[in-house]
Formats: sequence, C-alpha cells, structure tokens
Amino acid sequence: MIARLVLRQLLDLLVVLFGVSLVVFFMIRLIPGDAVAIMLGANTEVTPERVAALRARIGLDRPVLEQYGVWLFGMLGGDFGQSLWTGKAVIEEIGAHVWPTVQLTLLSLLLGAGLAVPAGVLMARLRGKWADVAMRLVTVVGLTVPNFWLGIVFILLLAMLAPNLQALGYVPFSEDPLGNLGRLLLPALALSLPILANLSRLLRSAMLDALAQDYIRTARAKGASEASVMYRHALRNALIPFTTSVGIMAGYLLGGAIVVEQVFAIPGLGRLILGAIAERNYPLLQATILLVTTGFVVVNFLVDLLYLAIDPRVRL
Amino acid sequence: MGARLAFLKGQPLLLLALALVALQLVMVLFAGFIAPYDPLAQDVVARLKGPSSAHWLGTDQFGRDVLSRVIHGSRASLAVSAAAVGVALLVGGTLGLLAAYYRGWLERISMRVMDVLFAFPVMLLAIGVVAVFGAGASTAALAIAVVYTPIFARLLRGPALVICESDYVMGARALGAGDARIIFLHVLPNLASVVLVQASLLLSSAILVDASLSFLGLGTQPPTPSLGLMLAEGRNFLMLSPWSALFAGLAILLLAFGLNLLGDVARDQLDPRLRGS
Repeated sequence: MIARLVLRQLLDLLVVLFGVSLVVFFMIRLIPGDAVAIMLGANTEVTPERVAALRARIGLDRPVLEQYGVWLFGMLGGDFGQSLWTGKAVIEEIGAHVWPTVQLTLLSLLLGAGLAVPAGVLMARLRGKWADVAMRLVTVVGLTVPNFWLGIVFILLLAMLAPNLQALGYVPFSEDPLGNLGRLLLPALALSLPILANLSRLLRSAMLDALAQDYIRTARAKGASEASVMYRHALRNALIPFTTSVGIMAGYLLGGAIVVEQVFAIPGLGRLILGAIAERNYPLLQATILLVTTGFVVVNFLVDLLYLAIDPRVRL
Repeated sequence: MGARLAFLKGQPLLLLALALVALQLVMVLFAGFIAPYDPLAQDVVARLKGPSSAHWLGTDQFGRDVLSRVIHGSRASLAVSAAAVGVALLVGGTLGLLAAYYRGWLERISMRVMDVLFAFPVMLLAIGVVAVFGAGASTAALAIAVVYTPIFARLLRGPALVICESDYVMGARALGAGDARIIFLHVLPNLASVVLVQASLLLSSAILVDASLSFLGLGTQPPTPSLGLMLAEGRNFLMLSPWSALFAGLAILLLAFGLNLLGDVARDQLDPRLRGS
C-alpha cells in the first residue's frame, strides 16, 4: 500500500518536472520579437551574420522538437550549456553563486521554524479575547512586513548601535566560519520573520486542535504534568501538519533570499539572475530557473515522504 | 450603530481592517488631490531633508516630496496588484470552475498545467516572466497574475466539486437548467465568500511581490513613483537620509497589512466552524 502511494507520488513528481522543463524551454521562444537579436543587442552591434552565428550556436535554427530533445538530454547528462558571453559552463556560474543563497535559505528556515515551536506553544496557552486580538495583530504584521525593508532597518540600527561592525557582503564558511554566520545573521533574521509568524500561527491552531482531543483528557486524567501534556502529547501531534508547510516555506524563503541578498550585497543567486537578465543571458537564466525549481520540487517531494513516515494515519 | 453595521459590534479587528483599507482606498483614488506636491517636482535646494512642516515625510535625493511619492507610489502598487489578482481570478477561477463542472480530460489537463505553474517558487516564476516580456508595471502585473492563477484554480475547484455534486444542483439540472444557468446562478454565488477572502489575502501578498519586483528594478520604471523603487533608491542614501526608504517600506507594510488583516478576519467570520470560537 505504502509502496503504491510512494510510486504514485514519484510519477506525479516526474510529470510536474517534465512540465517545468517545457515551461522553461519555451520561455525563450515567448520573447516578443527576435530573441537572438535582443540577446545580441545587450552586448554588441546587431548584424545579420552575428544573428545567424548566435542562432546556430544556441541551436535555434533547428526544429523545435530536436532543440528540446538536445536541451533536455544535455541537462539530464549534466550539460547545462555555456554562458552566452563569458563562454564559461553555466553549471560553474551557478555553482559559484548558489551557496550563499542556499545557506541563507537554510539559516532562515532554521531560525523561523526553530523559534516558531516555542512561540506557537506559548500562543496556544494564551487564551482570551484580547490576547487573541494582540496575537493576530502581531502575526499579521509579521506576515506582511516586507523583508527587504526589514533588512534595511536592521542595517540602519546596526550602523547606529555598532558602527564598527561589518554587516554587508559575504565570506565563505570555509574561510571564516564566525564571520560567515555573523554576516548572514541579520539577513536571515529579516527573511525568517514572515515564516516565523506563519508557522507559529499554524502550530498554535494545531496545538489547540490537539489539546481538544480525547488522548489529552486521558493524559490529564492519569495525572500527567502540564509540561508533559503540552510537550509529549500535544506538541508531538501538532508538529505533523507543521512539517508539511516547512517544505513550502523553503520556496518562499528562496524567493525572498533573492531580494534580501541585494540589500546585504550578498553575491548569491539573486545577483546571478539579475545579471543574466541585464545581459539578456537567457541560457544562463533558463538553467538557473530550471535547476532551482527542480531542487524545490524534489525537496517538497521528500517532505511529503517524511509526512508518510511520521504520520501513521496517512498509511491506512 | 445601525442594523447594517451591527456585524461590526465586538469586532475590533474587522473594524480596524475595514477602516485601514477604506482610508488607503480613498488616499489612492484621490491621490492627485491629497498629495501636497507633484510627486515628480524636483527641488534641488531641499534635497534629502528629514520630516518638516513643509515636507511631512521629508524629501528624497532630488528634493521630491516623500509623502506625495508615497501616496502616488501606493496607487501604482495597488493598481498593479489589483490588475494581477483580477486577471488571476478571472483565468484561474474560470479554469477551476470549468474543471469541476465538466470533469474529464479538461479537468486533468488544466489542473496538470496549474500543478506545473504552482511548482515554481513564486519570485522565480515572476522574475522569469519579467525577463521574457521586459521590465515594467504591466509586465509585473502579468507576472503576478501568472503566479496566482493556479492558486485560484485550485481554490475554486475543490468547493465547486462539492457544490456540483450537491442535491440542489442536481435539482436545478432536473428542472432543465442549462450549464450556464447552473454555473452562474447556483455554483458561483456559493463560492463568493471563499473568493473574496482569498482575493483580499492575495492582494496583500501581491503588494509585497510587486514591491520586491520594483525594488529589483524589474517592475515600475522611474521616474514613475513606486514604493519598491523608492526603497531601492533610498538605500543608496541611507546614511545621509533614511526617510525615503523608511516611509516607502512602512507604506508597503500598511497596504499589505490592512488587506491581509481584512481577509484573515473575514475568513473566520465566513467560516461557520470558526465562528464564536
């Protein structure tokens, strides 16, 4: 039974990934006007010879189906093509920019989800009309605060409170672990606030649901302490819906990271993507979008599998 | 309080959300009358000034009045977001409804396409759309519409499926009602509350996505005032005068906050299970 469920989800995953590859592949063909001339125009003078040469180089002169086949099988074999202007392998360009973004995303996820657990438990204990009103106001502010603005506010505050601290830029973890984490802390905080608000709210209502169940009454009746009821009985069950949304949050965080990176001058995927757009480097842009989306889809698939593993009810 | 407004009694949050959204709507609709200055008028002498009696929120790097730019920028943000959510609702909602009503291959194919669009991280897909069609306010609206279309399609399909299977729709069909009559008269009105709540919530997040896009230089182009752009420009003068960036961000927060709170409170009100809890 469970094997069939996993197989079915795997099939869904492949269909979605195939669709994603089609969307990304046809992206360049949706560009109004002659995409090749537009790409060239960003860098050099447009002449018919150059247009023909570039068209042949990126294979736009062949039949569409053949182009898609070559493109897809190249990607599957790990060949993501070459960057249009530098001639460097696309995969190298992405490799040089992907780590700051991944690190920032993971750090914010850790911060947001980690803080959401105590916050959600605390919120579940607060009852009453005015506590509800206050919690709702605070969480909605958390959900709607633009995180790039929050980043700017953090930079301003830091400049006022500790003018000597360097908040901007990025140093690899391998070179200077403390400096790396120190500089990522503020952007990660700015990025994690909306998911902290979202997840703590989710956990609160899951906790309230769990606390209304019979097994909680049973636990209380047999004399379990309040802490044991809260953490061992309610929280463990409330965490199940919590885990599934963590995967969705990862996609949200990644998008936010692209923007927040710009505020803190972090040379991540955001810089790569914006640079690619400015230079009309579409092959680079396509490969980046495809790779990141694939990663995101696969992570969500794994989270769904995890859900199967931790919630025995789904297996029935 | 009259009978019509009785539902607001004991609902401080609903009152706050309605007041905030109404206030912002008035500000945006009458931007030309309310803004004290022309948002594009430069005054080189009074550059990067803090709040004063002449310029309540200060001036930017060209001496333009920040308050007037915030008001006109809010209008641009709301226009882009409203257009985006409107298009997404129209396209996604229609797809979801038709999928639920006709089922079969139409449902399978359209929902698969929605799954694919839904698989992209929001900002990445929006950036991709802008990269294809060029930066600008209307492409930003298109980008956000593409991202939100699957959300409306999925949102409407679920409840529409339930309604289409319900006794009263079967009854209407037995009485000889046509497809269009059933969809518009029986299915659609029952989905109105779901749609309104989601539209309000998505408008709120559209404000944030639009602000992000224009902050990255991919949305509304200068010199048209836009909140995201004000933040991006203000960032360069942060240590000299943070006012333009600070107030632009605050305006984004207030716009998104009012709409989100409205959708959030309305969802509880309209959900009978949550009422009174």
